[in-house]
Amino acid sequence: MPEHILSAYDAELDRLSKMIVEMGGLAESQLAAAIEAVIKRDSELAARVIESDDKVDQLERDLDNLAIRLLALRQPMARDLREIVAALKIGSDIERICDYAANVAKRSIALAQTPPIQPVHSLPRMAHFALLEVKDVIDAYVARDADKAFAVWVRDEELDEMYASLFRVFLTYMMEDPRNIGPCTHLLFMAKNIERIGDHATNIAENVYYLVHGIPLTEARPKGDRSSLEVVAPRPSGQAGAR
Amino acid sequence: MVTAVLERPTHPTTVTVDIKQPKASLKNLEFFYGATRALKGITLDIEETAVTALIGPSGCGKTTLLRCFNRMHDLTPNIRYAGEINLYPDGINIISDEIDPIEIRMRIGMVFQKPNPFPKNIYDNVAYGLRVRGERNRGWINDKVEQALRDAALWEEVKDRLREPGTALSGGQQQRLCIARALATDPEMLLFDEPTSALDPIATASIEELIGQMNQNVTVVIVTHNMQQAARVSKHTAFMYLGEVIEYGVTDQIFTNPQTKRTADYITGRFG
Repeated sequence: MPEHILSAYDAELDRLSKMIVEMGGLAESQLAAAIEAVIKRDSELAARVIESDDKVDQLERDLDNLAIRLLALRQPMARDLREIVAALKIGSDIERICDYAANVAKRSIALAQTPPIQPVHSLPRMAHFALLEVKDVIDAYVARDADKAFAVWVRDEELDEMYASLFRVFLTYMMEDPRNIGPCTHLLFMAKNIERIGDHATNIAENVYYLVHGIPLTEARPKGDRSSLEVVAPRPSGQAGAR
Repeated sequence: MVTAVLERPTHPTTVTVDIKQPKASLKNLEFFYGATRALKGITLDIEETAVTALIGPSGCGKTTLLRCFNRMHDLTPNIRYAGEINLYPDGINIISDEIDPIEIRMRIGMVFQKPNPFPKNIYDNVAYGLRVRGERNRGWINDKVEQALRDAALWEEVKDRLREPGTALSGGQQQRLCIARALATDPEMLLFDEPTSALDPIATASIEELIGQMNQNVTVVIVTHNMQQAARVSKHTAFMYLGEVIEYGVTDQIFTNPQTKRTADYITGRFG
Protein backbone atom coordinates (compact mmCIF):
# COMPACT_ATOMS: atom_id res chain seq x y z
CA MET A 1 0.00 0.00 0.00
CA PRO A 2 1.44 3.43 -0.91
CA GLU A 3 2.36 5.81 1.86
CA HIS A 4 0.16 8.59 3.13
CA ILE A 5 0.75 12.10 1.94
CA LEU A 6 1.14 12.92 5.64
CA SER A 7 4.19 10.96 6.75
CA ALA A 8 3.41 11.52 10.44
CA TYR A 9 0.22 9.53 9.93
CA ASP A 10 2.18 6.55 8.64
CA ALA A 11 4.55 6.80 11.59
CA GLU A 12 1.64 6.77 14.03
CA LEU A 13 -0.07 3.82 12.38
CA ASP A 14 3.23 2.01 12.43
CA ARG A 15 3.65 2.70 16.13
CA LEU A 16 0.14 1.43 16.81
CA SER A 17 0.92 -1.79 15.01
CA LYS A 18 4.20 -2.22 16.88
CA MET A 19 2.44 -1.78 20.20
CA ILE A 20 0.10 -4.64 19.33
CA VAL A 21 3.05 -6.80 18.40
CA GLU A 22 4.78 -5.93 21.67
CA MET A 23 1.64 -6.77 23.63
CA GLY A 24 1.26 -9.99 21.67
CA GLY A 25 4.83 -10.97 22.47
CA LEU A 26 4.20 -10.31 26.14
CA ALA A 27 1.03 -12.40 26.04
CA GLU A 28 2.97 -15.31 24.59
CA SER A 29 5.74 -15.12 27.17
CA GLN A 30 3.27 -14.62 30.04
CA LEU A 31 1.26 -17.66 29.02
CA ALA A 32 4.36 -19.78 28.47
CA ALA A 33 5.74 -18.78 31.87
CA ALA A 34 2.41 -19.47 33.59
CA ILE A 35 2.33 -22.98 32.13
CA GLU A 36 5.90 -23.57 33.20
CA ALA A 37 5.04 -22.40 36.69
CA VAL A 38 2.26 -25.00 36.81
CA ILE A 39 4.43 -27.85 35.56
CA LYS A 40 7.52 -27.04 37.62
CA ARG A 41 5.55 -25.92 40.68
CA ASP A 42 7.62 -22.75 40.52
CA SER A 43 5.85 -20.15 42.67
CA GLU A 44 8.51 -17.50 42.10
CA LEU A 45 8.02 -17.67 38.38
CA ALA A 46 4.27 -17.50 38.94
CA ALA A 47 4.72 -14.38 41.06
CA ARG A 48 6.69 -12.75 38.27
CA VAL A 49 3.92 -13.51 35.80
CA ILE A 50 1.37 -11.91 38.09
CA GLU A 51 3.59 -8.88 38.54
CA SER A 52 4.21 -8.44 34.82
CA ASP A 53 0.51 -8.21 34.16
CA ASP A 54 0.67 -4.50 35.07
CA LYS A 55 3.01 -3.93 32.17
CA VAL A 56 0.44 -5.28 29.71
CA ASP A 57 -2.27 -3.15 31.29
CA GLN A 58 -0.10 -0.07 30.88
CA LEU A 59 0.63 -0.95 27.26
CA GLU A 60 -3.06 -1.32 26.59
CA ARG A 61 -3.74 2.12 28.05
CA ASP A 62 -1.00 3.60 25.86
CA LEU A 63 -2.44 1.81 22.86
CA ASP A 64 -5.93 3.15 23.60
CA ASN A 65 -4.59 6.68 23.93
CA LEU A 66 -2.75 6.51 20.65
CA ALA A 67 -5.75 4.98 18.86
CA ILE A 68 -8.11 7.63 20.22
CA ARG A 69 -5.66 10.35 19.25
CA LEU A 70 -5.46 8.93 15.74
CA LEU A 71 -9.23 8.76 15.44
CA ALA A 72 -9.56 12.37 16.54
CA LEU A 73 -6.69 13.84 14.54
CA ARG A 74 -6.68 11.86 11.33
CA GLN A 75 -10.34 11.01 10.88
CA PRO A 76 -9.32 7.76 9.28
CA MET A 77 -11.18 6.15 6.43
CA ALA A 78 -11.40 2.70 4.89
CA ARG A 79 -8.38 0.49 5.61
CA ASP A 80 -6.87 3.04 8.00
CA LEU A 81 -10.08 3.12 9.98
CA ARG A 82 -10.14 -0.66 10.12
CA GLU A 83 -6.48 -0.69 11.21
CA ILE A 84 -7.23 1.53 14.17
CA VAL A 85 -10.49 -0.11 15.21
CA ALA A 86 -8.88 -3.54 14.89
CA ALA A 87 -5.90 -2.39 16.99
CA LEU A 88 -8.25 -1.20 19.73
CA LYS A 89 -10.14 -4.48 19.79
CA ILE A 90 -7.10 -6.72 19.43
CA GLY A 91 -5.40 -4.78 22.22
CA SER A 92 -8.21 -5.52 24.63
CA ASP A 93 -8.25 -9.20 23.61
CA ILE A 94 -4.52 -9.47 24.28
CA GLU A 95 -4.98 -7.77 27.63
CA ARG A 96 -7.62 -10.36 28.53
CA ILE A 97 -5.32 -13.19 27.42
CA CYS A 98 -2.70 -11.85 29.82
CA ASP A 99 -5.27 -11.65 32.61
CA TYR A 100 -6.07 -15.33 32.10
CA ALA A 101 -2.37 -16.19 32.05
CA ALA A 102 -1.95 -14.30 35.33
CA ASN A 103 -4.88 -16.21 36.78
CA VAL A 104 -3.30 -19.52 35.76
CA ALA A 105 -0.10 -18.35 37.49
CA LYS A 106 -2.03 -17.38 40.61
CA ARG A 107 -3.70 -20.80 40.78
CA SER A 108 -0.36 -22.53 40.21
CA ILE A 109 0.84 -21.06 43.51
CA ALA A 110 -2.13 -22.59 45.32
CA LEU A 111 -1.65 -25.83 43.42
CA ALA A 112 2.01 -26.02 44.39
CA GLN A 113 0.99 -26.08 48.03
CA THR A 114 -0.91 -29.35 47.61
CA PRO A 115 0.74 -32.70 46.90
CA PRO A 116 1.33 -33.31 43.17
CA ILE A 117 -1.48 -35.18 41.46
CA GLN A 118 -1.57 -37.13 38.23
CA PRO A 119 -4.04 -35.01 36.19
CA VAL A 120 -1.67 -32.00 36.18
CA HIS A 121 0.07 -33.70 33.28
CA SER A 122 -3.00 -33.38 31.11
CA LEU A 123 -2.91 -29.60 31.18
CA PRO A 124 0.31 -28.69 29.27
CA ARG A 125 -0.82 -30.20 25.98
CA MET A 126 -3.90 -28.02 25.94
CA ALA A 127 -1.95 -24.99 27.13
CA HIS A 128 0.66 -25.36 24.41
CA PHE A 129 -2.08 -25.66 21.84
CA ALA A 130 -3.53 -22.37 23.08
CA LEU A 131 -0.08 -20.80 23.11
CA LEU A 132 0.40 -21.76 19.51
CA GLU A 133 -2.98 -20.22 18.66
CA VAL A 134 -1.90 -16.94 20.26
CA LYS A 135 1.45 -17.03 18.51
CA ASP A 136 -0.07 -17.79 15.12
CA VAL A 137 -2.77 -15.17 15.37
CA ILE A 138 -0.23 -12.49 16.30
CA ASP A 139 1.87 -13.64 13.35
CA ALA A 140 -1.23 -13.39 11.18
CA TYR A 141 -1.69 -9.83 12.42
CA VAL A 142 1.92 -8.91 11.68
CA ALA A 143 1.67 -10.33 8.16
CA ARG A 144 -1.91 -9.04 7.71
CA ASP A 145 -2.58 -12.62 6.62
CA ALA A 146 -6.33 -13.29 6.68
CA ASP A 147 -5.92 -16.94 5.67
CA LYS A 148 -3.62 -17.64 8.57
CA ALA A 149 -6.04 -15.87 10.90
CA PHE A 150 -8.87 -17.96 9.54
CA ALA A 151 -6.85 -21.14 10.15
CA VAL A 152 -6.47 -20.18 13.82
CA TRP A 153 -10.15 -19.44 14.01
CA VAL A 154 -11.03 -22.88 12.68
CA ARG A 155 -8.48 -24.62 14.87
CA ASP A 156 -9.95 -23.28 18.08
CA GLU A 157 -12.64 -25.94 17.87
CA GLU A 158 -9.95 -28.46 18.75
CA LEU A 159 -9.05 -26.50 21.86
CA ASP A 160 -12.69 -26.51 22.88
CA GLU A 161 -12.72 -30.28 22.49
CA MET A 162 -9.56 -30.62 24.56
CA TYR A 163 -11.21 -28.59 27.27
CA ALA A 164 -14.31 -30.75 27.20
CA SER A 165 -12.23 -33.90 27.54
CA LEU A 166 -10.07 -32.43 30.33
CA PHE A 167 -13.24 -31.45 32.10
CA ARG A 168 -14.29 -35.09 32.15
CA VAL A 169 -10.83 -36.21 33.28
CA PHE A 170 -10.79 -33.81 36.23
CA LEU A 171 -14.34 -34.73 37.12
CA THR A 172 -13.41 -38.40 37.18
CA TYR A 173 -10.45 -37.75 39.49
CA MET A 174 -12.64 -35.75 41.80
CA MET A 175 -15.22 -38.53 41.95
CA GLU A 176 -12.52 -41.09 42.65
CA ASP A 177 -11.01 -39.32 45.61
CA PRO A 178 -12.43 -36.27 47.41
CA ARG A 179 -8.87 -35.17 48.25
CA ASN A 180 -8.46 -34.40 44.55
CA ILE A 181 -11.33 -31.90 44.63
CA GLY A 182 -9.17 -28.95 45.75
CA PRO A 183 -6.33 -29.27 43.22
CA CYS A 184 -8.64 -30.49 40.46
CA THR A 185 -10.85 -27.45 40.89
CA HIS A 186 -7.82 -25.24 40.35
CA LEU A 187 -6.88 -27.31 37.32
CA LEU A 188 -10.40 -27.06 36.01
CA PHE A 189 -10.35 -23.28 36.28
CA MET A 190 -6.93 -23.20 34.63
CA ALA A 191 -8.25 -25.27 31.77
CA LYS A 192 -11.24 -22.96 31.50
CA ASN A 193 -8.91 -19.95 31.44
CA ILE A 194 -6.87 -21.53 28.68
CA GLU A 195 -10.00 -22.32 26.74
CA ARG A 196 -11.01 -18.65 27.08
CA ILE A 197 -7.57 -17.62 25.83
CA GLY A 198 -8.36 -19.59 22.69
CA ASP A 199 -11.63 -17.67 22.35
CA HIS A 200 -9.76 -14.38 22.54
CA ALA A 201 -7.32 -15.66 19.93
CA THR A 202 -10.29 -16.33 17.63
CA ASN A 203 -11.59 -12.82 18.34
CA ILE A 204 -8.24 -11.50 17.22
CA ALA A 205 -8.44 -13.75 14.15
CA GLU A 206 -11.84 -12.25 13.32
CA ASN A 207 -10.43 -8.75 13.64
CA VAL A 208 -7.44 -9.57 11.46
CA TYR A 209 -9.82 -10.97 8.86
CA TYR A 210 -11.99 -7.85 9.00
CA LEU A 211 -8.95 -5.62 8.88
CA VAL A 212 -7.73 -7.27 5.70
CA HIS A 213 -10.99 -7.86 3.85
CA GLY A 214 -13.33 -5.24 5.26
CA ILE A 215 -16.04 -7.84 5.75
CA PRO A 216 -16.70 -9.80 8.93
CA LEU A 217 -15.74 -13.42 9.23
CA THR A 218 -19.33 -14.49 9.27
CA GLU A 219 -19.48 -18.24 9.21
CA ALA A 220 -20.88 -19.59 12.46
CA ARG A 221 -18.25 -20.32 15.06
CA PRO A 222 -17.42 -24.00 15.47
CA LYS A 223 -18.71 -25.20 18.77
CA GLY A 224 -16.89 -28.25 20.08
CA ASP A 225 -17.20 -27.27 23.70
CA ARG A 226 -20.02 -29.28 25.21
CA SER A 227 -18.65 -29.30 28.74
CA SER A 228 -21.20 -26.79 29.90
CA LEU A 229 -23.79 -29.45 29.13
CA GLU A 230 -21.99 -32.25 31.04
CA VAL A 231 -23.47 -33.43 34.30
CA VAL A 232 -22.32 -35.93 36.87
CA ALA A 233 -24.32 -38.97 35.91
CA PRO A 234 -26.75 -39.79 38.71
CA ARG A 235 -25.81 -42.99 40.44
CA PRO A 236 -28.25 -45.76 41.16
CA SER A 237 -30.47 -44.90 44.12
CA GLY A 238 -29.21 -45.67 47.63
CA GLN A 239 -25.71 -44.42 46.97
CA ALA A 240 -24.25 -41.14 48.15
CA GLY A 241 -23.72 -38.19 45.90
CA ALA A 242 -26.76 -38.87 43.80
CA ARG A 243 -28.41 -35.55 44.37
CA MET B 1 -16.90 23.17 -34.99
CA VAL B 2 -15.77 20.88 -32.23
CA THR B 3 -14.41 17.68 -33.63
CA ALA B 4 -13.60 15.72 -30.48
CA VAL B 5 -14.32 12.06 -30.94
CA LEU B 6 -16.68 10.32 -28.57
CA GLU B 7 -14.54 7.70 -26.92
CA ARG B 8 -15.67 5.02 -24.58
CA PRO B 9 -14.80 5.68 -20.95
CA THR B 10 -11.38 4.24 -20.18
CA HIS B 11 -12.49 2.59 -16.96
CA PRO B 12 -15.84 1.04 -16.29
CA THR B 13 -17.51 2.45 -13.18
CA THR B 14 -17.55 0.06 -10.24
CA VAL B 15 -21.16 0.27 -9.13
CA THR B 16 -22.09 -1.40 -5.87
CA VAL B 17 -25.51 0.12 -5.38
CA ASP B 18 -28.87 -0.58 -6.91
CA ILE B 19 -30.96 2.57 -7.25
CA LYS B 20 -34.62 1.59 -7.13
CA GLN B 21 -36.22 4.96 -7.68
CA PRO B 22 -34.07 7.36 -9.67
CA LYS B 23 -34.77 11.07 -9.67
CA ALA B 24 -32.24 11.57 -12.39
CA SER B 25 -30.51 9.11 -14.58
CA LEU B 26 -27.28 9.87 -16.43
CA LYS B 27 -26.51 7.98 -19.59
CA ASN B 28 -23.08 8.29 -21.18
CA LEU B 29 -22.87 11.92 -20.18
CA GLU B 30 -20.03 13.71 -21.90
CA PHE B 31 -19.02 17.31 -21.50
CA PHE B 32 -16.48 19.31 -23.47
CA TYR B 33 -14.82 22.64 -22.84
CA GLY B 34 -13.68 23.29 -26.40
CA ALA B 35 -11.75 20.16 -27.28
CA THR B 36 -11.17 19.19 -23.64
CA ARG B 37 -13.25 16.24 -22.66
CA ALA B 38 -14.11 17.02 -19.04
CA LEU B 39 -16.67 14.28 -18.48
CA LYS B 40 -16.05 10.94 -20.12
CA GLY B 41 -19.19 8.93 -20.51
CA ILE B 42 -20.76 9.01 -17.07
CA THR B 43 -23.61 6.63 -16.40
CA LEU B 44 -25.30 6.57 -13.03
CA ASP B 45 -28.64 7.02 -11.29
CA ILE B 46 -29.39 9.56 -8.57
CA GLU B 47 -31.85 8.22 -6.03
CA GLU B 48 -34.98 10.24 -5.35
CA THR B 49 -35.11 12.16 -2.05
CA ALA B 50 -31.70 10.86 -1.03
CA VAL B 51 -28.43 12.73 -0.66
CA THR B 52 -25.76 11.79 -3.17
CA ALA B 53 -22.20 13.01 -2.68
CA LEU B 54 -19.64 13.56 -5.42
CA ILE B 55 -16.07 13.35 -4.22
CA GLY B 56 -12.71 13.39 -5.95
CA PRO B 57 -9.54 15.43 -6.29
CA SER B 58 -9.58 18.94 -7.74
CA GLY B 59 -10.12 18.95 -11.47
CA CYS B 60 -11.80 15.54 -11.56
CA GLY B 61 -14.99 16.98 -13.01
CA LYS B 62 -17.32 16.81 -10.02
CA THR B 63 -18.31 20.48 -10.18
CA THR B 64 -18.59 20.25 -13.96
CA LEU B 65 -20.94 17.32 -13.49
CA LEU B 66 -22.97 19.13 -10.84
CA ARG B 67 -23.37 22.16 -13.06
CA CYS B 68 -24.72 20.04 -15.89
CA PHE B 69 -27.76 19.28 -13.77
CA ASN B 70 -29.13 22.81 -14.06
CA ARG B 71 -27.38 23.85 -17.23
CA MET B 72 -25.01 26.27 -15.55
CA HIS B 73 -22.55 25.80 -18.38
CA ASP B 74 -24.87 27.26 -21.01
CA LEU B 75 -23.26 30.70 -20.97
CA THR B 76 -19.69 29.42 -21.24
CA PRO B 77 -18.50 29.68 -24.85
CA ASN B 78 -17.42 26.60 -26.81
CA ILE B 79 -18.98 24.01 -24.58
CA ARG B 80 -20.83 20.93 -25.64
CA TYR B 81 -22.96 18.39 -23.87
CA ALA B 82 -23.50 14.82 -25.09
CA GLY B 83 -25.45 11.92 -23.72
CA GLU B 84 -28.44 12.26 -21.42
CA ILE B 85 -29.49 13.45 -18.01
CA ASN B 86 -33.05 12.30 -17.69
CA LEU B 87 -35.06 13.97 -14.97
CA TYR B 88 -37.99 12.06 -13.54
CA PRO B 89 -40.96 11.74 -13.12
CA ASP B 90 -41.46 13.17 -16.64
CA GLY B 91 -38.18 11.85 -18.04
CA ILE B 92 -37.09 14.99 -19.89
CA ASN B 93 -33.47 15.18 -20.97
CA ILE B 94 -32.06 18.15 -19.04
CA ILE B 95 -29.24 18.83 -21.49
CA SER B 96 -31.37 18.67 -24.62
CA ASP B 97 -31.44 21.93 -26.61
CA GLU B 98 -35.22 21.83 -26.63
CA ILE B 99 -35.42 22.19 -22.89
CA ASP B 100 -35.50 25.73 -21.52
CA PRO B 101 -32.80 26.11 -18.85
CA ILE B 102 -35.04 28.51 -16.90
CA GLU B 103 -37.59 25.76 -16.52
CA ILE B 104 -34.88 23.39 -15.33
CA ARG B 105 -33.59 25.87 -12.78
CA MET B 106 -37.09 26.26 -11.37
CA ARG B 107 -37.03 22.57 -10.61
CA ILE B 108 -33.39 22.23 -9.68
CA GLY B 109 -31.87 24.79 -7.30
CA MET B 110 -28.24 25.39 -6.58
CA VAL B 111 -26.21 26.55 -3.60
CA PHE B 112 -22.65 27.64 -4.25
CA GLN B 113 -19.36 27.47 -2.44
CA LYS B 114 -19.38 31.10 -1.42
CA PRO B 115 -22.67 32.52 -0.21
CA ASN B 116 -23.99 34.80 -2.93
CA PRO B 117 -27.05 36.64 -1.68
CA PHE B 118 -28.49 39.20 -4.07
CA PRO B 119 -27.78 42.84 -3.17
CA LYS B 120 -31.30 43.04 -1.80
CA ASN B 121 -32.86 42.74 1.60
CA ILE B 122 -33.35 39.38 3.27
CA TYR B 123 -37.03 39.15 2.37
CA ASP B 124 -36.53 40.02 -1.28
CA ASN B 125 -33.69 37.53 -1.58
CA VAL B 126 -36.06 34.71 -0.69
CA ALA B 127 -39.06 36.11 -2.55
CA TYR B 128 -37.06 36.67 -5.74
CA GLY B 129 -37.65 33.30 -7.32
CA LEU B 130 -41.35 33.44 -6.60
CA ARG B 131 -41.72 36.87 -8.20
CA VAL B 132 -39.71 35.82 -11.24
CA ARG B 133 -42.19 33.04 -11.58
CA GLY B 134 -44.95 35.63 -11.67
CA GLU B 135 -46.39 35.30 -8.18
CA ARG B 136 -48.14 38.51 -7.12
CA ASN B 137 -50.18 37.38 -4.10
CA ARG B 138 -48.44 39.09 -1.17
CA GLY B 139 -49.93 36.98 1.58
CA TRP B 140 -48.92 33.81 -0.23
CA ILE B 141 -45.41 35.10 -0.85
CA ASN B 142 -45.12 36.12 2.83
CA ASP B 143 -46.03 32.60 3.90
CA LYS B 144 -43.64 31.08 1.43
CA VAL B 145 -40.75 33.29 2.55
CA GLU B 146 -41.36 32.46 6.19
CA GLN B 147 -41.58 28.76 5.47
CA ALA B 148 -38.40 28.77 3.40
CA LEU B 149 -36.54 30.67 6.11
CA ARG B 150 -37.83 28.23 8.71
CA ASP B 151 -36.80 25.27 6.59
CA ALA B 152 -33.37 26.83 6.26
CA ALA B 153 -33.24 27.22 10.07
CA LEU B 154 -32.78 30.96 9.70
CA TRP B 155 -36.20 32.34 10.60
CA GLU B 156 -35.59 32.84 14.32
CA GLU B 157 -32.43 34.79 13.61
CA VAL B 158 -33.83 37.13 10.95
CA LYS B 159 -37.57 37.46 11.54
CA ASP B 160 -37.16 40.95 13.04
CA ARG B 161 -34.77 42.22 10.39
CA LEU B 162 -36.23 41.00 7.11
CA ARG B 163 -35.65 44.43 5.50
CA GLU B 164 -31.93 44.47 6.23
CA PRO B 165 -29.58 43.64 3.36
CA GLY B 166 -28.79 39.97 2.96
CA THR B 167 -25.12 40.82 2.77
CA ALA B 168 -25.23 42.11 6.36
CA LEU B 169 -25.60 38.56 7.67
CA SER B 170 -22.72 36.38 8.80
CA GLY B 171 -21.21 33.88 6.35
CA GLY B 172 -23.14 30.93 7.75
CA GLN B 173 -26.38 32.92 7.81
CA GLN B 174 -25.81 34.08 4.24
CA GLN B 175 -25.36 30.48 3.16
CA ARG B 176 -28.61 29.51 4.89
CA LEU B 177 -30.25 32.52 3.20
CA CYS B 178 -29.10 31.12 -0.15
CA ILE B 179 -30.56 27.76 0.82
CA ALA B 180 -33.84 29.46 1.80
CA ARG B 181 -33.83 31.23 -1.55
CA ALA B 182 -33.37 27.91 -3.30
CA LEU B 183 -36.05 26.22 -1.18
CA ALA B 184 -38.65 28.95 -1.72
CA THR B 185 -39.49 27.76 -5.21
CA ASP B 186 -40.10 24.17 -3.99
CA PRO B 187 -37.35 22.59 -6.05
CA GLU B 188 -37.37 18.87 -6.73
CA MET B 189 -33.64 18.75 -6.55
CA LEU B 190 -30.97 20.84 -4.86
CA LEU B 191 -27.34 21.01 -5.91
CA PHE B 192 -24.70 21.97 -3.38
CA ASP B 193 -21.25 22.91 -4.62
CA GLU B 194 -18.93 22.83 -1.60
CA PRO B 195 -21.56 24.61 0.48
CA THR B 196 -19.52 24.77 3.68
CA SER B 197 -15.94 25.22 2.57
CA ALA B 198 -16.06 28.93 3.40
CA LEU B 199 -17.78 28.44 6.76
CA ASP B 200 -16.63 27.86 10.32
CA PRO B 201 -17.35 24.51 12.05
CA ILE B 202 -20.53 25.72 13.74
CA ALA B 203 -22.04 27.16 10.57
CA THR B 204 -20.91 23.96 8.79
CA ALA B 205 -22.74 21.83 11.35
CA SER B 206 -25.94 23.83 10.92
CA ILE B 207 -25.79 23.48 7.13
CA GLU B 208 -25.21 19.74 7.46
CA GLU B 209 -28.10 19.47 9.88
CA LEU B 210 -30.22 21.26 7.31
CA ILE B 211 -29.20 18.94 4.49
CA GLY B 212 -29.99 16.00 6.75
CA GLN B 213 -33.51 17.23 7.45
CA MET B 214 -34.16 18.31 3.90
CA ASN B 215 -33.94 14.96 2.29
CA GLN B 216 -37.49 13.87 3.03
CA ASN B 217 -38.80 15.65 -0.05
CA VAL B 218 -35.85 17.00 -2.00
CA THR B 219 -33.20 15.10 -3.90
CA VAL B 220 -29.80 16.46 -3.00
CA VAL B 221 -26.52 16.21 -4.87
CA ILE B 222 -23.54 17.60 -3.02
CA VAL B 223 -19.95 18.17 -4.11
CA THR B 224 -17.57 18.29 -1.20
CA HIS B 225 -13.88 18.11 -0.50
CA ASN B 226 -14.58 17.29 3.10
CA MET B 227 -14.64 13.51 3.19
CA GLN B 228 -16.16 13.33 6.64
CA GLN B 229 -18.92 15.61 5.45
CA ALA B 230 -19.69 13.33 2.54
CA ALA B 231 -19.68 10.39 4.93
CA ARG B 232 -22.01 12.17 7.35
CA VAL B 233 -24.62 13.64 5.05
CA SER B 234 -24.93 11.32 2.10
CA LYS B 235 -26.58 8.01 1.39
CA HIS B 236 -24.66 7.33 -1.79
CA THR B 237 -21.23 8.48 -2.87
CA ALA B 238 -19.60 8.65 -6.27
CA PHE B 239 -15.83 8.92 -6.47
CA MET B 240 -14.65 10.75 -9.59
CA TYR B 241 -11.23 10.89 -11.14
CA LEU B 242 -10.16 12.52 -14.41
CA GLY B 243 -13.69 12.97 -15.66
CA GLU B 244 -14.91 9.50 -14.85
CA VAL B 245 -16.86 7.94 -12.03
CA ILE B 246 -14.49 5.31 -10.66
CA GLU B 247 -16.73 3.94 -7.96
CA TYR B 248 -20.34 4.52 -7.01
CA GLY B 249 -21.87 2.93 -3.97
CA VAL B 250 -23.53 3.18 -0.58
CA THR B 251 -21.62 5.78 1.40
CA ASP B 252 -20.92 3.53 4.40
CA GLN B 253 -19.38 0.98 2.10
CA ILE B 254 -17.31 3.53 0.16
CA PHE B 255 -15.80 4.91 3.32
CA THR B 256 -15.22 1.67 5.23
CA ASN B 257 -14.48 -0.77 2.46
CA PRO B 258 -14.06 0.77 -0.99
CA GLN B 259 -13.78 -1.72 -3.80
CA THR B 260 -11.26 0.05 -5.99
CA LYS B 261 -7.71 0.96 -5.11
CA ARG B 262 -8.03 4.48 -6.47
CA THR B 263 -10.98 5.24 -4.22
CA ALA B 264 -9.18 3.75 -1.22
CA ASP B 265 -6.02 5.74 -1.93
CA TYR B 266 -7.94 8.96 -2.28
CA ILE B 267 -10.12 8.72 0.80
CA THR B 268 -7.27 7.57 3.01
CA GLY B 269 -5.02 10.41 1.86
CA ARG B 270 -2.62 8.39 -0.26
CA PHE B 271 -3.20 10.12 -3.57
CA GLY B 272 0.15 10.92 -5.14
